[in-house]
Amino acid sequence: MKILVAVKRVIDYNVKVRVKADRTDVDLANVKMALNPFCEIAVEEAVRLKEQGVASEILVVSIGSKPCEEQLRTALALGADRALRVDTDVLPDALSVARVLAKVAETEQPDLILLGKQSIDSDNNQTGQMLAALLDRPQATFASEVKIDGDQLQVTREVDGGLQTLNLKMPAVVTTDLRLNEPRYASLPNIMKAKKKPLEVKTPADLGVSISSQIKLISVEPPAERSAGIKVGSVAELVEKLRNEAKVIA
Amino acid sequence: MSILILAEHDNQTLKPVTLNVLAAAGEIGGDITLLVAGHGCQAVAEQAAQAAGVSRVLLADAPAYAHQLAENVSKLLLNLADDYEHILAAATTTGKNILPRVAALLGVNTLTDVLGVESPKRFKRAIYAGNAIATVEIDEPKVVMTIRGTAFDPVAATGHNASITQLDQVYESDDVSFRHEALAASDRPELTAARIVVSGGRGLGNGENFDLLYQMADKLGAAVGASRAAVDAGYVPNDMQVGQTGKMVAPELYIAVGISGAIQHLAGMKDSKVIVAINKDEEAPIFQVADYGLVADLFDAVPELQASL
Ligand SMILES: Cc1cc2nc3c(=O)[nH]c(=O)nc-3n(C[C@H](O)[C@H](O)[C@H](O)COP(=O)(O)OP(=O)(O)OC[C@H]3O[C@@H](n4cnc5c(N)ncnc54)[C@H](O)[C@@H]3O)c2cc1C
Ligand SMILES: Nc1ncnc2c1ncn2[C@@H]1O[C@H](COP(=O)(O)O)[C@@H](O)[C@H]1O
Repeated sequence: MKILVAVKRVIDYNVKVRVKADRTDVDLANVKMALNPFCEIAVEEAVRLKEQGVASEILVVSIGSKPCEEQLRTALALGADRALRVDTDVLPDALSVARVLAKVAETEQPDLILLGKQSIDSDNNQTGQMLAALLDRPQATFASEVKIDGDQLQVTREVDGGLQTLNLKMPAVVTTDLRLNEPRYASLPNIMKAKKKPLEVKTPADLGVSISSQIKLISVEPPAERSAGIKVGSVAELVEKLRNEAKVIA
Repeated sequence: MSILILAEHDNQTLKPVTLNVLAAAGEIGGDITLLVAGHGCQAVAEQAAQAAGVSRVLLADAPAYAHQLAENVSKLLLNLADDYEHILAAATTTGKNILPRVAALLGVNTLTDVLGVESPKRFKRAIYAGNAIATVEIDEPKVVMTIRGTAFDPVAATGHNASITQLDQVYESDDVSFRHEALAASDRPELTAARIVVSGGRGLGNGENFDLLYQMADKLGAAVGASRAAVDAGYVPNDMQVGQTGKMVAPELYIAVGISGAIQHLAGMKDSKVIVAINKDEEAPIFQVADYGLVADLFDAVPELQASL
């Protein structure tokens, strides 16, 4: 069984971004970048399936400029077999990303495609669903458990009301939620080994896809700043303030 | 202009968040159609017909739609899409699962979790865990998007009387089937709609200690939420997670107990009107957004607070 995992380079989750003074965008100069946490979980899941003997090959794909090869190397160090970067300097919209991934899927014919549920930069939560639609394959988003039985996939999803379990026929698209697994750290020997694993670069034109940006960023503003309020000295004072000052309790 | 909204429901009742989506649609402007897709959901259609601003209700009632499977509902929406410039749903796990699929079938991009309407093509949404609010313009022939309920005041649930039209198209994929679900049953208000939310974090130490919060919540008529750390540690189920990758809440009062205030948690609650933090670490970042901070051991403070309510 072959698994395709889509991974994205994003700002490290510990960094608090700031809006640029001219409000045209956020300031990403010199900030630490990393593999999107949900993509890391997707890679980990694929590696576990390989370790269990269920999967035989893991291909990781990222769409972006040269620096995202760093994140592809990370994925290779975690246990993926080969990597593909689809080169683009423009920021692709989600439909373009899904179209590129669909083309890759057409040639590679994976049985399972894993994506993160959400990029922590755009907070979009849409690419996996779009890819599944383009391929006309079933989807299980927000997965917290994945079991494979022949060509059947049983996936438990984290939904607003609790948990929902679906059966899907492969090939299928699964997007990962936080509790699917806890990703390992890449060991030093594996980081060294990853440098020798194949990493191919293609252009969107090679794949017959064009990249567009149909969503224009007009401006960015900081969220309404909350100023720290006061410290109360006791529970009695807190209750008094909530009743008489904030008037939020009776 | 005309707008199609996918109603959020559980086959019995129309979820209030639909009323918030209707408010967003009202700001876009245009004739509004509400689609109720489900099974045995006639009652939902009747409630939907009463909501303010709805011109007509479409009812697609079939077993294939019982569990809101994206494969089936997206084809239904695709089939209806011709008549509408905007297709909206709530930014719930249901809406987020289905609408991007619809968009891709239509060959257009989609906007997730929209929190402001500037014009029919220009919207505001949060990015980077709420650390920036982006104004974006979408250049697509159809605008497909999910709406953050807490960002719009709901329209009136009753007083209206729109027509209900039955649809008989049934789309059913052979590639996916529903197996089972484990939905949390609770008498407390729904987290995203509650006026007061009491949330607990890793500081609670274990699941039993959450009883302290449940008791206090019941006294206040509040919903109970949690940080990711509390969910990951197994203290409480996943549906209670508040934050960037959990639920967005904006109650009048948010009481954070034993929560440090990581940016991912703040992303989900910092639009609350009044924030109270109870934490024994006076340096905890949650105090930077709290209107009222109490530096105390929660095991002393919460019982005392509960007794004085
Ligand atoms: C991709 C990604 C997405 C994430 N999404 C979310 C999300 O949606 N929501 C979310 O919440 N987190 C999310 N997180 C996790 C987030 O980064 C934090 O790890 C998490 O919010 C911490 O939870 P906590 O505050 O309960 O735990 P901690 O940070 O461990 O804080 C516990 C607090 O309890 C206090 N405490 C301990 N004992 C007591 C006591 N007896 N009395 C009073 N106070 C006490 C401590 O002083 C401390 O401040 C995400 C992380 C990642 C990487
Ligand atoms: N540029 C990209 N390259 C590869 N995968 C991506 C890219 N953008 C998004 N994805 C995948 O889609 C998932 C969801 O992203 P999003 O829909 O942007 O929130 C991510 O976790 C990745 O798995």
